[in-house]
Amino acid sequence: MDFGFAPIETRSIDIDIFDSRILKYVIKYEPSLLVCLSCGGCTATCSAGNLTDFNVRRMQLMLRRGETENLQTEINKCMLCGKCLLVCPRGVNLRNVVMLIKKALVIYKNQEK
Amino acid sequence: MKNIVVIGGGIAGVEVACMMAETGNRVTIIERDNKLGGKLNNWYCLFPDFKKSDEILNYIKNRISKFNIEVKLNSNVEKAERNGNTWLVHTENAICKADAVIIATGYQLFDATRKEELGYKIYDNVITQADMEQRFREGNFLTSYGKKPERIAIVHCVGSRDEKCHNMYCSKVCCVTGVKQAIEINKFLPDAQIFCFYMDLRMYDKFFEELYRTAQEQHNIQFIRGRVSEVSETPDQHLSIKTEDTLSGRPMKMKLDMVILLAGMETKKNTKEIADKFGVDREISGFLKSKDFHIGAGILTQKGVFAAGTCIAPMSIKETIENARSTAFQVNEYLKTL
Repeated sequence: MDFGFAPIETRSIDIDIFDSRILKYVIKYEPSLLVCLSCGGCTATCSAGNLTDFNVRRMQLMLRRGETENLQTEINKCMLCGKCLLVCPRGVNLRNVVMLIKKALVIYKNQEK
Repeated sequence: MKNIVVIGGGIAGVEVACMMAETGNRVTIIERDNKLGGKLNNWYCLFPDFKKSDEILNYIKNRISKFNIEVKLNSNVEKAERNGNTWLVHTENAICKADAVIIATGYQLFDATRKEELGYKIYDNVITQADMEQRFREGNFLTSYGKKPERIAIVHCVGSRDEKCHNMYCSKVCCVTGVKQAIEINKFLPDAQIFCFYMDLRMYDKFFEELYRTAQEQHNIQFIRGRVSEVSETPDQHLSIKTEDTLSGRPMKMKLDMVILLAGMETKKNTKEIADKFGVDREISGFLKSKDFHIGAGILTQKGVFAAGTCIAPMSIKETIENARSTAFQVNEYLKTL
């Protein structure tokens, strides 16, 4: 029966089905990620972010919320220039975070959740 | 009658000196400047009620005139030595005997040139909130190009909460100073657009939140959540800033006529030297270390040495006065034990 509408996937972040494997891996090797306060200084100064829709702050937020589906495409936009770590008031090494996500994606690519 | 030496003649120093004199002690203030009042002399008005700084200055002037307090202006502490329960405080031309010493040396404004990317002292139209207060006093709002500013940015957290400047702490009063200055500028320049760039707005005290609301409701101040990462000058005599509007998740650029940096509070170099002379400990942040955070912020780690005001931590004028009174009480408690 067609009601003219259908249930769609919820937009809410579901912490219960959080895939934290990549996050745990990144934090293990780059614990500075824990102290990010989402000020956006990194994104403001980001070389790639001024030319593309890359948002390095949002990328780390996606990671922290376990939303890992788009991470691969996101990190490929990063030019690894390191300006983000120069401006970060909390000393987060975001460039290393990007590198670690790359590694983690390879490690967990074919593993079950 | 006990002898008390107060180092520093700002708001904290004068208040604590008067409290000590009022409770029957002989008090000497050592002030390195040529007048009392400290940084407040250069301030225009105070949050949250826009009280003129001069009113507070008059209050302390009236207050100190009621007591017989010896004030040594243009004097510095050169040496301090302890002889039993007595401190000998040496200035350039005198030695003061003290049963208790109260350090009230205040703070210094973070040197904004250390954040080179924000352009202070590189671009003339980048100023600090202290410069702005001076401008309020002078009634001078023009840019260095002689133009009435149409767009002004107020940048929060300059030299506070910033590992790159080794200042991890929050200076806490800059947030509300920014809101106050935004409102004040709007009163003088009603046509100017004013933007505050913040990481968090910490409206911690009575009436602060209301002031924030007033800024939005009646003065059309725009609050943008994002840390400013760069300020530069454009060829057409404007400033350009880069930030992220973190709430819409996009980088943001903006042309401006003037940028006001809310520089944080730091320990004075002078306070560090005095702390060393008296052998009192300091926190990692540089501020003087209290014996106990909760009960007795004014008691330091050395016997007979106390502190009042912003040499302990960033404080508003109101808190400084309260803190000075509380320290005076603690000093009197100590004097009873001698």
